[in-house]
Amino acid sequence: MRVYRLLLHLYPSSFRAEYGEEMRAIFTKKWREASSALPWLALFLSAFADVLGNALRAHAELLRQDMRYTLRTLARSPGFAATVIVVTALGVGATTATFSIADHVLLRPLPFRDPNRLVKLWQSDSHLSYRNELSPANYRDWKRLSTSFEAMGTYGSLSANLVGEGEPARVSGAAVEVDLFAVLAARPALGRSLVASDNRAGAPGAVILSDGLWRTRFGGNTGILGRKILLDDEPFTVVGVMPRGFDFPTRDAELWTAIRLNEQNYADRGDTWLYAVAKLKRGVALEQARNEMRLISAQLERAYPKENARVEAMVNRLRDEISTQSRLLITALFGAALGVLLIACTNLANLLLARALARRKELAVRTAMGAGRQRLARQLITESLILAFAGGVLGLALAAAAVPLAASLIPHSLPISEVPRMDLSMLLFALFLTGVTGIGFGVTPALRACAAAETGALREGPRVGVERRTERLRAMLVVAEVTASVALLIGSGLLLRALWRLQSVDPGFRSARVLTMRTTLPLPRYAQTQRRVVLYRRVLADIRALPGVSNASYTSGLPMVMRGGIWGVTLEGQPEDRTEARPVSLRFVTPGYFDTLKIPRLAGRDVAETDTHEAPFVAVVSESLARRCWPGENPLGRRIKVATKNREVVGVVGDVRVRGLEQTSEPQVYLPYQQVDDNAIVGYIPKDLVVRITLPPAALLPAIRATVAKADSQLPISAVRMLSDIIDDDTAPRQVQLRVLVGFAVVAFLLAGIGIYGLLAVTVSHRAREIGVRMALGAGAGTILRMVLRQGTVLAAAGVLLGAGLAYAAGRAMQALLAGVSPADVPTFAAAIALSFAMTLVGSLVPAVRAARLDPVIIMRTE
Amino acid sequence: MTEQTELEEILPLPEAALHILMALAEDDRHGYAIIQDVAQRTRGEVKLGPGTLYRSIQRMLEQGLIEETRERPAPELDDERRRYYRITPLGKAAARAEARRLAGLVRLARASGFAPKAT
Repeated sequence: MRVYRLLLHLYPSSFRAEYGEEMRAIFTKKWREASSALPWLALFLSAFADVLGNALRAHAELLRQDMRYTLRTLARSPGFAATVIVVTALGVGATTATFSIADHVLLRPLPFRDPNRLVKLWQSDSHLSYRNELSPANYRDWKRLSTSFEAMGTYGSLSANLVGEGEPARVSGAAVEVDLFAVLAARPALGRSLVASDNRAGAPGAVILSDGLWRTRFGGNTGILGRKILLDDEPFTVVGVMPRGFDFPTRDAELWTAIRLNEQNYADRGDTWLYAVAKLKRGVALEQARNEMRLISAQLERAYPKENARVEAMVNRLRDEISTQSRLLITALFGAALGVLLIACTNLANLLLARALARRKELAVRTAMGAGRQRLARQLITESLILAFAGGVLGLALAAAAVPLAASLIPHSLPISEVPRMDLSMLLFALFLTGVTGIGFGVTPALRACAAAETGALREGPRVGVERRTERLRAMLVVAEVTASVALLIGSGLLLRALWRLQSVDPGFRSARVLTMRTTLPLPRYAQTQRRVVLYRRVLADIRALPGVSNASYTSGLPMVMRGGIWGVTLEGQPEDRTEARPVSLRFVTPGYFDTLKIPRLAGRDVAETDTHEAPFVAVVSESLARRCWPGENPLGRRIKVATKNREVVGVVGDVRVRGLEQTSEPQVYLPYQQVDDNAIVGYIPKDLVVRITLPPAALLPAIRATVAKADSQLPISAVRMLSDIIDDDTAPRQVQLRVLVGFAVVAFLLAGIGIYGLLAVTVSHRAREIGVRMALGAGAGTILRMVLRQGTVLAAAGVLLGAGLAYAAGRAMQALLAGVSPADVPTFAAAIALSFAMTLVGSLVPAVRAARLDPVIIMRTE
Repeated sequence: MTEQTELEEILPLPEAALHILMALAEDDRHGYAIIQDVAQRTRGEVKLGPGTLYRSIQRMLEQGLIEETRERPAPELDDERRRYYRITPLGKAAARAEARRLAGLVRLARASGFAPKAT
């Protein structure tokens, strides 16, 4: 019997109140009529089925009724509905978008099998905090000696001119050891994988294409297998196509060839250029592997005390190959989005509370007509859920549209795709947020409203208790809104100041009106220095002759594009120990490079056409190197050893921010493009063309292309960009982050303003009677105005105080992003606080004026 | 709203509703009596559960097919907790219309050979 009573609770309470008694009576009667165990069981089972099916249907019916009712009432106040939906959409959209980016970059396992066991290996210096690629010899020894790994594979970056299909193009990817595919458990979608014989010297070249390259360049033709293509003039057979979503080592990878290491490669332990990825054995912890690699490093250091001095193996999880800055950028954004969501929610709660108060009379009427409190609450919650759901759908659409815009926040160091796909987790997250906003912030107002309705709102007059409580709650919500919006304002202000500071950093050259492009010379055709010299001279002479070109030259790498290219410099006479060498960023350039980029020439001369391979070897150094090597002395005429030769310093130029505006760069050394042996140091062959122009780039580009094609029709031109865009790109993730953050702050700010306005407007209309009495007792309009303004200001002050504290704490946490701006930056705080008070003033002014204009006579009469 | 359009919105009646209307055709009855009457009439084939019964009653009250009656039977037969229901004119019209609809359906089925010829 008791069980049946419990079962009845499955029905909606209104139904239970109406018919529960009778249903129980019927059940009791039947129970008595049944006399033995079997009929009882049958009765009970049928009762159970009866209750379950009908309770569900009864709920569905009520839901349908409530929805119909809600749609009708909302249609009567479309402004309210639209506001609630948009506010929800902003909160849900912002949070979902940043969540999907954070999930993509920081949380989700990498798209390989057993991603948690994948590690990346680096060579690091046990004294200095930097890491290097691996030298082939060290890689071979590590692989041979280690036992912690199931498999280890290496790869080098690959970048080649692809000729044979359409226009020549520059493609990039990796030259891989076959074992790498075993580490990643990757298989081609089409054709075969690379096999051990492909890694052997002399085997015919084999290449695997990325899905993207296969589709864009070869039209997704399955007949591609077996086709020959030319990479840097060498024939390769296409043997496979990788599946979509295979983005290793980075999302820019377009093809993979087999790496071939020969004895010559293994000779120099100082020549570090390999990357290595390994998979931990099942059950081996990362720390275990690190310990083992430390022992192996020590063993190798003993065996090769000179080359491997202080060389240590660094083992990191592949998942963690992401800079602190990227991590911070994204975490900060996610935090900000949560702030926006919080504000949106408090605003919603406030809106719904205000609406519930306004509908007090309607609710009271319905109570009087017999609707129970639960029935009313149920209807109000249905209403807020419908609104939240509409907002959630809109928010999801916003998020889906916004995520691709933030693609530059996705770091290049991870083997993941550029844009997170909209997937189930994103949907679930949005649904969760919507549910939380709908229920969490709809229930309280609903219950409050019902309480108000029960205390008999039909009776007009002061209802002090409930209203005071509600007002206090709403005031707290407004303070929370102001707090979050002030924190967001200050946070974005600080980041804006950081961006300004970075953008005003002098890169060391003038980027305006410099067109850059890459024309990589294929090897071995251009392995001989003299062949390159002929080409450069011809191309540069023709380009300089074009109208609208004021200068042109070639370099091994553009600043902020080629950030590495580091070589050790020793002073002549010093031991050539790697512990003594100073790292410099090394570039081979043609004459005129400094003038083209307007890098200031401080002493001596430029590299010259007369600096041939037969002439004495020379170098131009940057100011900071001269200062460090020969403090207070004249650097000209000094001799250094760099790039395997002794050279005389003939010039000094200004320093350039090679590594970008935020990082410290090594000093620079520039060498004449002719002073390098055939086939030597091929990584530094000049390939980047810089042209200082006076006409728009679009007008000049065709002529420049024609010039290059005339000199060598198989040279692809790639990466055509203005130098100023390259500098912009250096701060692109910050700019995107800042734009998003400022967007968040503006939304938060507006919502907080609306919140203050809404609160005071309702308060004024509730306190009309009190205000009327005050006026009747002689209070002037000014007094009333001040009274309302004071209320707004007190709320704002509380919010500002809390918000400033929160912002300072957040600023300290993200200090690495602030580029030296103090987290307590006074102008930023002052501006944000001033803005907040201005907003308060604007928000309170309308209700205050309305209060001051109240006519006491009319109020007293209506009361 | 005319009775015709009102009927159009109500039809077709759920089976339970038609059974309840038939049970109330002659007499006002309370819930349990309706269940018993339906069971008797169908020789035990249709057993209305209390949930189905009262959910139907709730809807039929809203639709105006039945009403709660204030007339109570003789006190010695009465139980305070019980509510009695009575069929309304609209309820009668609905039952008739539903019967017509079903008859028409059977006629069509017969024409297609799905049902035995009328005797």
